[in-house]
Amino acid sequence: MGRYWRTLRRFWGTAVAVQLEYQANVLIELLAVAMSLSGSLFLLSLFYGPDQTLGGWSWAQALMVQGLYTVFDGMATTWLRPNLGAIVTHVREGTLDFVLLKPIDSQFWLSLRTLSPAGLPEIGLGLGLLAWGSHQAGVVFTLSSFFTVLVMLLAGGLILYSLWFLIAATSIWFVKTWNATEVLRALLASGRYPLNAYPPALRLLFTLVLPVAFLTTVPAQVLLGEAAAPMLSAGLALAVLFFAAARAFWLFALRFYTSASS
Amino acid sequence: MRIFGLNRRIIRVLLGSQYAHMLEYRAEIALWALSGVLPFIMLSVWSGSDARSGLGLDGVALDRYFLSAFLVRQFSVVWVVYAFEEDALLGRLSPYLLQPLHPLWRYVAAHLGEQLTRLPFAALIAAVFFAVRPQAFWLPSLGGFLLAWLATWLAFAIAFLFQSLIAALCFWSEKASALERLQFIPFLFLSGLLAPLTAFPPVLRVLAQWTPFPYLIDFPARILAGQPVDLLAGFGAQLAWIALLLPLVLLLWRAGVRRYSAMGA
Repeated sequence: MGRYWRTLRRFWGTAVAVQLEYQANVLIELLAVAMSLSGSLFLLSLFYGPDQTLGGWSWAQALMVQGLYTVFDGMATTWLRPNLGAIVTHVREGTLDFVLLKPIDSQFWLSLRTLSPAGLPEIGLGLGLLAWGSHQAGVVFTLSSFFTVLVMLLAGGLILYSLWFLIAATSIWFVKTWNATEVLRALLASGRYPLNAYPPALRLLFTLVLPVAFLTTVPAQVLLGEAAAPMLSAGLALAVLFFAAARAFWLFALRFYTSASS
Repeated sequence: MRIFGLNRRIIRVLLGSQYAHMLEYRAEIALWALSGVLPFIMLSVWSGSDARSGLGLDGVALDRYFLSAFLVRQFSVVWVVYAFEEDALLGRLSPYLLQPLHPLWRYVAAHLGEQLTRLPFAALIAAVFFAVRPQAFWLPSLGGFLLAWLATWLAFAIAFLFQSLIAALCFWSEKASALERLQFIPFLFLSGLLAPLTAFPPVLRVLAQWTPFPYLIDFPARILAGQPVDLLAGFGAQLAWIALLLPLVLLLWRAGVRRYSAMGA
């Protein structure tokens, strides 16, 4: 365990050092995040007029959902895209061999090898938006609500990671379908809005098949006191389930890996 | 006889080879087509929202608008900056520059080949949409369809020229594709892909009309959906943008090629 911890520190230390070489990128990234967030807020504002709601959610409550979405989007930029996006390249170029030969768990290496600090401002802005929205919606912050949000974010992050990893792992069979994760990203965009804004059939889809609801809507509901402990534990159970599935699928997929030249 | 370096044989060979090349990647292209589902997600949010009445798109008109927006987007997607960046980076650009044909034509042919490969997948997604919402089914009149087709092609031309302008900056800077990302954000929000322009506050709508973005999705989509549009103003604006961008692209490209020193030099 200690070995993994030390390795992780080295991984991220080098990743940050590499990124510091490209300081202009930080400015571009900040500009992109600011533009994209103001665009999203503008789009959201189009749904609201005097006494209009979106699926029964007030403006402040919808801001909480938007904030949570921004956090997860930032998480994808910082962690998921740079790591899991590289899996396909490893499979195609045969460099996955080197990863598998290392005396360290291959899923650990592939999932945490690098880190892109460019997404961190987005996570910060998302958290800020969440806090502001909660404040406006009249949420009283307590230590327990703070703890709940943290658990929900972790569970959501784990669900997101597992989904992404599952799709990326299929590249062992279908090398060329690297942009399958783009489809996932497009579908995840539905998490920008509260679940109730969608027609019933889609609500079912976003809860059971592609659990976007557990990323943004459910945490907001828990904070608002509208969903209680069962929802929270359902989210946690789902996260564990998805992670176990991703893990099992990776071990299964590796049995079919035959390297690039064979 | 060659016009802009092209004659019928070159066109046939270019399009044929690029189409064959793209067919090889059809699984990937099917996934790209599928990743364009955003208009449908937005449609489902808009159709149940209180703000819907302000759109001026009642009943099935909203469904038709967003389906049209999806289709227009499918046939005006441009990725020349990424292809060009890779070619320049790997040194493939050098042999292209030696050929007696402007390299941009090769990319145009690649895009057209990709659109042709995309056609069945886009049609399939549209068919699924109609299966889910049969009441929204419509067939545009022949005239309307041809006008929408023309508008989509002009939209593609604007997007292509705009991105080629950014791609030409690759000759000077490695950050060109970051610029592309930056311009994509206003495109997303102002083009009509996520919300019809009628949803905007009046001031912003007027402001958006002065950018090229509404002519990339909103204008062609409205023609296809059979909405009343000011054809003269729309086509006029599209042609004006092309007239503005084309000489800029050619100038910047010529200056860039003069600067270009190939891979490893």
